Amino acid sequence: MTPEIALLLAQDGITTGAIYVLVALGLVLIFLVTRVIFVPFGDVVGYAALTLAALQLKQTPGTVWLVLTLAALATAMEVWTLARRGEMRLIPKALLTYAVLPVIPAALVWFAAGYDLPMAVGIVLTLLIVLPISPLLYRIAFQPLADASVLVLLIVAVAVHFAMSGMALIFFGPEGFRTQPITNAFFNIGPMGVSGQSILIVVSSALFSFLLFVVFERTLTGKALRATAVNRVGARLVGIKPATTGAIAFLLASALAGISGILIGPVATLYYDSGFLIGLKAFVGAIIGGLVSYPATAVGAILVGLLESYAAFWDSAFKEVLVFGALIPILIWQSLTARGGVEEEIEEEEGDA
Amino acid sequence: MRWRSMIVPLCAVVFIALAPAVFSTFTITLMNYIGIYAIAALGLILLTGVGGLTSFGQAAFIGIGAYTSAWYTAVYGGSPWIGLILALALTGVVATALGATTLRLGGHFLPLSTIAWGIAIYFVFGNLDALNRYSGLSGIPPISVGPWSLAGTTSIYALIWIVLGLSMLLCRNLLDSRQGRAIRSLRGGTAMVESLAIDSFRMRLAVFVLAGLLAGLSGWLYAHMQRFVNPTPFDVRTGIELLFMALVGGTGRIAGAVIGAAIVVLLKNFLQDVLPSITRYNAQMEIVLFGVLFIILLQKARGGVVAMFRRFMPRPAPPLPVEAPPLPQTAKPQLSGAPVLRIDDAVKRFGALAAVNEVSFEVRPGEVLGLIGPNGAGKTTLLNLITGTAKPTAGRIVFLGHDVTGLEPRHIAAKGMARTFQHVKLRPNMPLIDNVVLGAYPRTHTGFLAGALRLDRAEERSARYEALQQLRRVGLGDKFGELAGNLPLGQQRLLEVARALAADPVVLVLDEPAAGLRALEKKTLSDLIRGLREGGMTIVLVEHDMDFVMNLVDRIVVMDFGAKLAEGLPAQIRADARVQEAYLGGVA
Amino acid sequence: MTALLAVKDLHVAYGKVEAVTGVNFEMTEGQIVTVIGPNGAGKTTLLAALMGLLASKGESRYRGEDLRPLATEERIRRGICLVPERRELFTEMSVEDNLKLGAYTRWRDRAAWQRDLADVYERFPRLAERRRQFAGTLSGGERQMLALGRALMAKPRLLLLDEPSLGLAPLIVREIFRIVIGLRELGVSILLVEQNARAALETADFGYVLETGSIVLSGPAKDLIHDPRVIASYLGGKAH
Repeated sequence: MTPEIALLLAQDGITTGAIYVLVALGLVLIFLVTRVIFVPFGDVVGYAALTLAALQLKQTPGTVWLVLTLAALATAMEVWTLARRGEMRLIPKALLTYAVLPVIPAALVWFAAGYDLPMAVGIVLTLLIVLPISPLLYRIAFQPLADASVLVLLIVAVAVHFAMSGMALIFFGPEGFRTQPITNAFFNIGPMGVSGQSILIVVSSALFSFLLFVVFERTLTGKALRATAVNRVGARLVGIKPATTGAIAFLLASALAGISGILIGPVATLYYDSGFLIGLKAFVGAIIGGLVSYPATAVGAILVGLLESYAAFWDSAFKEVLVFGALIPILIWQSLTARGGVEEEIEEEEGDA
Repeated sequence: MRWRSMIVPLCAVVFIALAPAVFSTFTITLMNYIGIYAIAALGLILLTGVGGLTSFGQAAFIGIGAYTSAWYTAVYGGSPWIGLILALALTGVVATALGATTLRLGGHFLPLSTIAWGIAIYFVFGNLDALNRYSGLSGIPPISVGPWSLAGTTSIYALIWIVLGLSMLLCRNLLDSRQGRAIRSLRGGTAMVESLAIDSFRMRLAVFVLAGLLAGLSGWLYAHMQRFVNPTPFDVRTGIELLFMALVGGTGRIAGAVIGAAIVVLLKNFLQDVLPSITRYNAQMEIVLFGVLFIILLQKARGGVVAMFRRFMPRPAPPLPVEAPPLPQTAKPQLSGAPVLRIDDAVKRFGALAAVNEVSFEVRPGEVLGLIGPNGAGKTTLLNLITGTAKPTAGRIVFLGHDVTGLEPRHIAAKGMARTFQHVKLRPNMPLIDNVVLGAYPRTHTGFLAGALRLDRAEERSARYEALQQLRRVGLGDKFGELAGNLPLGQQRLLEVARALAADPVVLVLDEPAAGLRALEKKTLSDLIRGLREGGMTIVLVEHDMDFVMNLVDRIVVMDFGAKLAEGLPAQIRADARVQEAYLGGVA
Repeated sequence: MTALLAVKDLHVAYGKVEAVTGVNFEMTEGQIVTVIGPNGAGKTTLLAALMGLLASKGESRYRGEDLRPLATEERIRRGICLVPERRELFTEMSVEDNLKLGAYTRWRDRAAWQRDLADVYERFPRLAERRRQFAGTLSGGERQMLALGRALMAKPRLLLLDEPSLGLAPLIVREIFRIVIGLRELGVSILLVEQNARAALETADFGYVLETGSIVLSGPAKDLIHDPRVIASYLGGKAH
């Protein structure tokens, strides 16, 4: 491996890693606030990329139908729950949140599909339509299980992933897509060439991470999210509704997923199940960060990008084995250093023993 | 009463035996798949349902078993029976390696790691040239038993269901035996388990390897039935289907393996028939529907099908233990006046806070020592240092002349220290007698194999009789068959004492046993402790309630803010002004 | 005058156990009422139920309004606030952020809660010194003050205090209870649950003794403090 190749691989690794950073941040955010390990997150990233690809091919992306289905389900569930509790006066607001708001971007996309759209419009539409997906999934699959153990939530998350990826195959078919590059610029920095796309990805990643940081530090919602993540009971005691912060966490994450999908679309060929793999690899990065700290998560994600890049050079067939296999020593190292004797009592479940 | 619980299994056996004569070949093929998956699901029920360790990687182990035998027979040309041995050996080795490295991970990290290696193993199958990558291996020979070749659907049917039946029997025996009981007790937290001298890590590893072996067995049958293997059936998707089978059937019940496997296989088959006429996306809709069904199941019926039909398959109540030869007593070393327990300048810091600050005292043989102090004084922390649940920052703990500072709780328990907990720790879904027999673990020695083969009956009888006697001693003898979770708090505390006594301990450590008890229950408890004291038992009693302790103990050590405030006879302590100040400090 | 808080035949289950069995009591505006009792008596469960954190059976009315259909957030908006036994602070956030979050339900009245924040700093100068520090770095007494301050930021009319003296040195306990009495000037009524019977009865107007889920004694605090049964169980036994 020559230094030029090493640098190229590093560039590749950092670019991919930058995307993993956004995905990993979303995963950690959701986990900290709701204790859900949101496995389908990667699928949402995939949906974003494939939606943009479909729009660019002047087709109606299946995402429209997904959002409409999810909105219908969530509305039905929320209205049913409210009616059962006798809180009829809250139904109009529920209808607005679950039925009207998600349908607006879906309708916009449906009308806009088939036309030749400017790149910016396509990106904005994609982001808008992907935004409601995660919060709707939260309402349908996870909120009813708010008090369940992390394990049960994890199993549900995997089940949701299967449903999502199955539907992705139906909507987008088995072929792979690439979106048009956002910029075709190319720079020569020193000995190597750097594509404008790569720079855009890294800068966007840094920018949105920074925005996330600002939201957390400066806004009330951000503080409420942090509070819920740090101490759920304490959050309830100051009047924060866990369900609301949960939905907001999922919404923010959806935004991150959308941005990640839009950024990765031009640099990789994506299939209906590519999102899942992206999510899993970003997850490895999140694990390196211990699922507790955002900066560590970012570092971990970049490391995963680099590992993948070098592993692919060494043996592209086995790169997945390496990346996922590497998770095990990382988990072990963590359980030896980070936790150090903290005994997690598994909640006694009502099973037949 | 035993008959009622036998009806359903008997009918099932008859049904399965007669099936080949009644049903078509296609149905028998389905039943073959049900049987094979049931074996793997059985492993998962043990691992996840009983042991509480969620694994998404069970399908990967099936793959290891299948590919090992496939390669050995199809590529190398060996006999399928040797293939079986190799399949089990390799699965066992991989399971041991993965388990040893990942089972210490707490909470949700363990299932995450199972996803990680599950995917990694799948990619290994698909990328090894020796295994023909994604095209797979074909031409796998059938299994032959003597002159008979089990190539036909019906012939391998018999083998599959016999293997399944034997596996279920062995597993049921195991769960009913000493080690199986230890595995059953894993779920709900390891603090209790470790205090009973049970190596919880070793138990987790054992059930993990067992689940892997069952999966490997299932894989062997799969390979020689299909006569062809490729990586696809061994990915995380199948892993989650297996988990679904275990959950649907009802985790924790052996029969759930068959029921769950049957439901899933039949459901998939039904969907494969029906969906193509509804939509051309039948393969994907199958997956989507599965995901949706799974979610609904978890939201609405987490106990599974078996839980719903509990009335028809009642668990038989445990029989009254009969008189049996006693278990060996624990060795009680001759101390000749030396203290049983000595705490030397123990210190425990949490960050800047010293929860225990240079506390020293000793416990003499046959005495009842009270350790009292207001809330937050550090009593429980000190107790944790003594029992090994926490490691001291400085200082020494000496038990029976051995320096036990920093030892794991199970090692200290094995030396003769038994304890109860401030927040009662027992297994609410197990009957009283089972909870108490757990206490006798260090006095028994039946291993896994002996338990599975039911060679342990004599020792079991002794252990159960011992447990019954301890229950009678605390006044719960007539409730031996009731579930521990149905007892009121006071009786649960007595149950904990019975369990501790079943270990025949040298020292009994009681952590706030009177907390939350009504007056009558407190009296029962104090009578019991008085009786034990008269019997010569050494007891360390941690309490917050001064009155409860006064007439019960020989000496008292008072703690406040982590330090020893006073030590002496009850009357001296009561009169001590500093003690009164600490307990009662007013604000006027 | 409607009672501030009226509880009738309250039953609260904690897991499978009924921790509070048929409790009745009342509080009027401006009172400091204490509930004392031993470990495991159900005191914390009682407060948790009043806050809406646990389900309960029976009647509980706050200023005439039925509390049962109200979620915790709603009860806070109506002026009930709990300072729990474990404080439940946001340890990885600054003291200032903790206090600000206390005003979560009144965020829109920015001017009002900023004034209240200044008041809290005045009342607890130690918190003012440490306003940028993480809550996790505070000492036991400071944490208790922060928990109190955070509750005050919600402008409560009824403050539920769960074992404020827990784990604190006698000097700090005196300080905390002095502050508690001072809260009366703010128009805050206080329901105080305590194991430290002496401190509680010296501070309160009225007292209840809770044992294994039921009230066994009640009366004006200055009477209870001389009641022989209370003295025997909670105030050190024989006269000294």
